[in-house]
Amino acid sequence: MPVLCSNCVDKRAVLKRPKTGHSLCKACFFWAFEEEVHLTIVAANLFKPGEIVGIAASGGKDSTVLAHLMKLLNERYNYGLELMLLSVDEGISGYRDDSLETVKRNQQQYELPLKIVSYEELYGWTMDAIVKQIGLKNNCTFCGVFRRQALDRGAIMLKVDKICTGHNADDVAETVLMNILRGDIARLRRCTAISTASEGQGVVPRCKPLKYAYEKEIVLYAYFKKLDYFSTECIYSPNAYRGHARTFLKDLESIRPSSIMDIIHSGENLSVREGVKMPVQGTCNRCGYISSQSLCKSCVLLEGLNRGLPKLGIGKHHRLHDRILNQQPLTEKEERKLKSINF
Amino acid sequence: MCQVDEDYHGPLQRAEVPSVSKKCVKCKEATAAVVIRAGDAYCRGCFKEYFIHKFRAMLGKNRVIFPGEKVLLAVSGGPSSCSMLRQVQEGLSHNAHKKLRFLPGVVFIDEGGAVGQSVEERQRTVAELHAVFKATSFPFHMVPLEQVLDLPSSVVVTAASPSERAASAYKAAVDHFIQSDTTSCVTPRQQEETLLPDVQESHTHSLQQLIGSAKTLTAKEELLNTLRQHLLVHTARTEGYSKVMLGDNCTRLAVKLLSSISLGRGAQLAQDTGFSDSRYGDIMLLRPMTEYSAKEIAYYNRMFRVPAVFTASLDTRTADKSSIQHLTESFVIKLQADFPSTVSTIYRTSEKLQTACRSSSTEECWDRCLLCVCALDTAAENASAFKATLISEQLSQSKSPKATRPNPESTAPAGQCCSPAGGGDCGKAASDGGCCSSAKAPETAHLRSLLCYSCQLTIKDMSSVEHLPQYILSEAQRRRRRSQMRQEIRDFLLDEADEG
Repeated sequence: MPVLCSNCVDKRAVLKRPKTGHSLCKACFFWAFEEEVHLTIVAANLFKPGEIVGIAASGGKDSTVLAHLMKLLNERYNYGLELMLLSVDEGISGYRDDSLETVKRNQQQYELPLKIVSYEELYGWTMDAIVKQIGLKNNCTFCGVFRRQALDRGAIMLKVDKICTGHNADDVAETVLMNILRGDIARLRRCTAISTASEGQGVVPRCKPLKYAYEKEIVLYAYFKKLDYFSTECIYSPNAYRGHARTFLKDLESIRPSSIMDIIHSGENLSVREGVKMPVQGTCNRCGYISSQSLCKSCVLLEGLNRGLPKLGIGKHHRLHDRILNQQPLTEKEERKLKSINF
Repeated sequence: MCQVDEDYHGPLQRAEVPSVSKKCVKCKEATAAVVIRAGDAYCRGCFKEYFIHKFRAMLGKNRVIFPGEKVLLAVSGGPSSCSMLRQVQEGLSHNAHKKLRFLPGVVFIDEGGAVGQSVEERQRTVAELHAVFKATSFPFHMVPLEQVLDLPSSVVVTAASPSERAASAYKAAVDHFIQSDTTSCVTPRQQEETLLPDVQESHTHSLQQLIGSAKTLTAKEELLNTLRQHLLVHTARTEGYSKVMLGDNCTRLAVKLLSSISLGRGAQLAQDTGFSDSRYGDIMLLRPMTEYSAKEIAYYNRMFRVPAVFTASLDTRTADKSSIQHLTESFVIKLQADFPSTVSTIYRTSEKLQTACRSSSTEECWDRCLLCVCALDTAAENASAFKATLISEQLSQSKSPKATRPNPESTAPAGQCCSPAGGGDCGKAASDGGCCSSAKAPETAHLRSLLCYSCQLTIKDMSSVEHLPQYILSEAQRRRRRSQMRQEIRDFLLDEADEG
């Protein structure tokens, strides 16, 4: 006897929801998925009518589905938003060029303006060149830090009011786990927030409309809606520490599918004891971007790359900030320490 | 790389292999016998001193045990708790430098019935531990887990805590004790020769049914933990102890923290993993062994011959992915091998947390979970994960009357579906959402409304709640009656503390 959809009890069920285990037909699944994202947006007050919103599009599944959903919900529920696509080219040959094709296709499909910013034009370094200098171990640090600033700069160029990214529930849960493993209490408090604060010069507030959507459901949605996206792992990612957290999370999900939401729930309810030292937000003395130290991380990383000291920026370096600002040379011992790399 | 504040000290060098003739780094005289942490070699004497000092420092730093207090040591037979027992012994012995000043007792909870051991195996374990405890000359109690079925419902009610004693009172109390009591020592009480009290076969059977009603190993373990803790608190209350010491070591704590996060217990983390846990009000749970890694404890036990007895638990010899707790344990241990600072980093994170919730014990228990007695975290605020889960449940099921098609097989997962607090797995029962015909549905739904987020998940994994011990069910009834009363008169209540 065929299983009937548990919502409309009419059509045959074609899929089982990873999130709740219910069997649904295609239409009811689309409805449930879209409605959940809509309710998330409304409950968290993510957007105001008349805002210009930049969708961070990488060409991967999350951002493709996000672009589709934002356009759909904007029309269905009259959010009154003006949407734009924003993409970052890190300069990873064989990976990024292909995914950018997907973004260009999205632009044509949804008729949205697109802006691509590249590391080359912003920093003078592509990821390929960076990896040649620093090896395969800490490259995700560089890419992540640079991308954040690149998105903000692109957003300012486009004059958007808000950026929305395609981070899904799995991403947020992984981040919670990773912050615990690294002992990063400051980030632990902030990482479950659905939108970032809007203070700071040169910073555009960003939000995660897909925060409560499971990765598997995003793939299911894209599959049934026949949305096309680029789906390869970044070639430099295998050694990232995040991989451990990700494997653990996948195993947890196989034991109990609700674990992902449980972790997010735990993260939202964590509270830090008073008296624990937290970083204070200020601005970078060199480029003016927000930073909790005197120099922002991307300035430090760039300095390291430009001077041929790849380890500057990995590990504690705030003692050297003043000297870097004043263009003073570092001692030979320090230079030797910062040069050593391991592949 | 795995730590935020990590600093790279020198140029990369090979890890030194400790050679046989290496000297102790502390006294620099004797030959080193053991390497702890990342390369510190200690000789026997210095290691013993280090170990003992850590225990005393832990107790001294958190001045919660007042002189003359009765403290119950919860010993499971494993290496950490037996090591804790030995430390207390050492601390109370006559020649100890600044000896400890409390009155200890020991309790062992025999869980063999829940785990599936035979009567002979249980008796053997108990006999071994009996010998160990007798040698310490502390009063001890052997309690079978089956006793949990007969507990009074006051166990899950937070009792009024003794008035907060200020830190200054601690010093005064210590001085007073020293002056008045210099010659006393712990007189060994003549322990009656009682081994384990006889356990009725039917009780064991009920306990097994209870554990069996939890479908997943994760839920079984959580349930067992809860019952064990209730029994410990009850034993402490009836025998007149005001504090209970648990033997969780650093490694176990790191695993507990990660698995608590995975189970949704983020709001209760500070109580689950902190040094002191005062959720029960009058009984305080302490964890003095949290600064010892499992390795240090193993070295100490071996070098100084601390007796320990192995007792099997629910997840002994199961596959890695059999339960969340077991998976987390293997994850942390594997990660620790590659990144040696993992456990201590996780532990430091736990030290910085506190309980996220509102008032401490109130007259009513509205804001306390029925099972874990921690503050509830189920206020479904608008943009929260909990609310998102509820919305997903609603959107995936139909609420229309045509959905009710009572199906005999579907009533087997008794009453888990379509309850207003968040339905269960209708999809799994190969039918539609129509299982409300079972009379147990509203009862389970109401029980779940009394629980915190993660205890709700545990109950969700149970096939029926009727096997739960009577004290839990009757307390649930009592709270339901009080909430109905309150509902009737809520317009006339002036006291705002009673809101919510």
